[in-house]
Amino acid sequence: MKRLALTLAFTLTACHAGPVRVGSKNFTEGVLLGEVATQVCGAAGEHVEHRRQLGGTAVLWRALRAGSIDAYAEYTGTITAEIVRGADPADLPALRRALSAQGIAMTAPLGFENTFALGVPEGLAAARGLATITDLRAHPDLTLALSHEFIGRADGWPGLRSAYGLAPRDVRGMDHDLAYRALASGAAHVTDLYSTDAEIASNHLRALRDDRHYFPDYRAVILYRADLAARSPACARALDALAGRIDAPTMIAMNAAVRVSRRTESDVAAEFLSTRLRAGATAAEPSRIARIAARTWEHLAMVLSSLLAAIACAVPLGVFAARRPRVGSLVLGAAGVLQTIPSLALLVLLIPLLGIGVGPAVAALFLYSLLPVVQNTVTGLRGIAPSLRESAEALGLPPRAKLLRVELPLAMPSILAGVRTAAVISVGTATLGALVGAGGYGQPIMTGIRLDSTATILEGAVPAAVLALVTQAVFGWLERRLVPRGLRDG
Amino acid sequence: MDAIVELRGVARRFPGGGGLHPTTLSFKSGATTVLLGPSGCGKSTLLRLVNGLLRPDAGDALVFGTPVREDTAPALRRRMGYVIQDGGLFPHLTGFGNVALLPSWLGWDDARIRERATVLCDLARLPTNLLERYPQSLSGGQRQRVALVRALMTDPALLLLDEPLGALDPMVRAELQRDLREAFAALRKTVLLVTHDLGEASHFADEVVLLREGRVLQHGPLEALEQTPADPFVTRFLSAQKSLWGVGAA
Repeated sequence: MKRLALTLAFTLTACHAGPVRVGSKNFTEGVLLGEVATQVCGAAGEHVEHRRQLGGTAVLWRALRAGSIDAYAEYTGTITAEIVRGADPADLPALRRALSAQGIAMTAPLGFENTFALGVPEGLAAARGLATITDLRAHPDLTLALSHEFIGRADGWPGLRSAYGLAPRDVRGMDHDLAYRALASGAAHVTDLYSTDAEIASNHLRALRDDRHYFPDYRAVILYRADLAARSPACARALDALAGRIDAPTMIAMNAAVRVSRRTESDVAAEFLSTRLRAGATAAEPSRIARIAARTWEHLAMVLSSLLAAIACAVPLGVFAARRPRVGSLVLGAAGVLQTIPSLALLVLLIPLLGIGVGPAVAALFLYSLLPVVQNTVTGLRGIAPSLRESAEALGLPPRAKLLRVELPLAMPSILAGVRTAAVISVGTATLGALVGAGGYGQPIMTGIRLDSTATILEGAVPAAVLALVTQAVFGWLERRLVPRGLRDG
Repeated sequence: MDAIVELRGVARRFPGGGGLHPTTLSFKSGATTVLLGPSGCGKSTLLRLVNGLLRPDAGDALVFGTPVREDTAPALRRRMGYVIQDGGLFPHLTGFGNVALLPSWLGWDDARIRERATVLCDLARLPTNLLERYPQSLSGGQRQRVALVRALMTDPALLLLDEPLGALDPMVRAELQRDLREAFAALRKTVLLVTHDLGEASHFADEVVLLREGRVLQHGPLEALEQTPADPFVTRFLSAQKSLWGVGAA
């Protein structure tokens, strides 16, 4: 127990000391870049942790500002759209100044852009000599199969057509996946895509260059905390050295290696490091057993610490609520309201207060555990027969003795049932901790959903189900130990 | 010597009716006084005003010369034993756990507790090995004997018994009546015993307090109630009870 508390305290307070933390967004390219950043820092001799797929821009940016992470990969267009609003994404010095005012440094562009693009089958592009979007003007006979979203957006097809003066004879809106098939069958020739999509490689497409810079500038960079340069100069240098090292074909190939060939991000990033950067890669992927063991520890630590804290708060609250019915209904009402907040929303609300990682996850589980424990403590205490309550009083027991020796033991079956409910709910809810970088069984589940890999999902889901069953069994045993024999049936 | 228990204008009303009209009474020390009367006459209320489970609306109940109030009640209660109809034993504790609860909180060592429990078990005619059982596996009579031992552990000068034999079958009841009377005689304690049963009253009482609808009708030895009734109801109550049992009570 002590060890658990220490681990927790350490995790919560170690935000500014300890290892370098790299965060990543919740899509494959984000995780890959996070893994590359992690491994180059590792190769530079730094102790690095990768907090995978934490969420979207808002979450990562806040975590970076708060010091919960030290670095993550971002796109210049996103920075101007969501972080330094209104700046020109192409004006890198201005961007760098604006970020530096907030204590954040930015590497030079990594070498590729992930923006809207038009893709053409490689064979066709070679035959017609297509390399840029301008080249399309000479080929109005090509059929365009564009996604409905792209056709609809003002900054999509309508703007693109007038910017380039395109006048294709045939433009069709269709589902994105169908568009790829239409291209493969030759029924259509051009489609819209993101310029580093894995499908570019798997469908043998060529992304035409946006030579008139119509699409916003979405060049990949790495943002890192300015204080990293002081804390770990080697790491900051290693991140800066990634500038210009990842071109679009490389990024597309890495995305495809994960999404199509089903390799792990760390494996693909390690290969990139050893072949492109000639750096010693540290991609030793732990065995499945070791992975599950690590997840189990993270999961248990979250559940146990939140549960213990909830018991420590909820039982006294329940005692108080049972004695003062009016305050009691307020307490129960408040705990009930907490219960109605969707877990995802609660986690997001807690990020500004507690950063990312174990903190908000434990806090959310703690808040969810309050209601069942408070409720059952109140129920248990109120259910004590009046004659027993009076006997305790008439005996001349002081209030403390009455509570500890008579009332709480009599309410114990009910309190334990509440704790059991809280524990089982926590085991399930803790899987959402992965959304804020707390690890646990939710990590493989989220990765599995992202990669559409059932095996990976099961690696989290099965242990979580087993843990829920084990929790039930442990409480069965605890009830036999803690509920006095005189209160048990039979 | 001052009376151990004294009521000075004590009154208590309940929202639904019933309770106790202002009552001034003092009880004879070292004697057994039976509070007698039909259901709802206020006899249990009176007892619960004495140990402070109920607060009076007016007046004071004095025990050992001290008014029973919120702040004085806990200490006073340790000097008065209390036994109710079903014993009020705590189901989560064994018989021994029940009798040891207060003494161990008061810091008695285990040997002293066991010694005292053995003496009292002997007095209450309870085999000591039964103390190892939980209340649920004791008979009704055994539970009342454990409750009596528990009430006597700290050697209180005052014993309050609220229908202690009410839930027992007649055979057990007769046996326990005999044992209790012997115990009271041996202990010479001041006892207040609530019952609605004249036979039981005649068995225990040095004095009787007969109540009706929250008022004390008569206070004195049972013979005085029979011979010089203070109210026609006294005679009616006594004769109704006698005809119920078909025997003389005294």
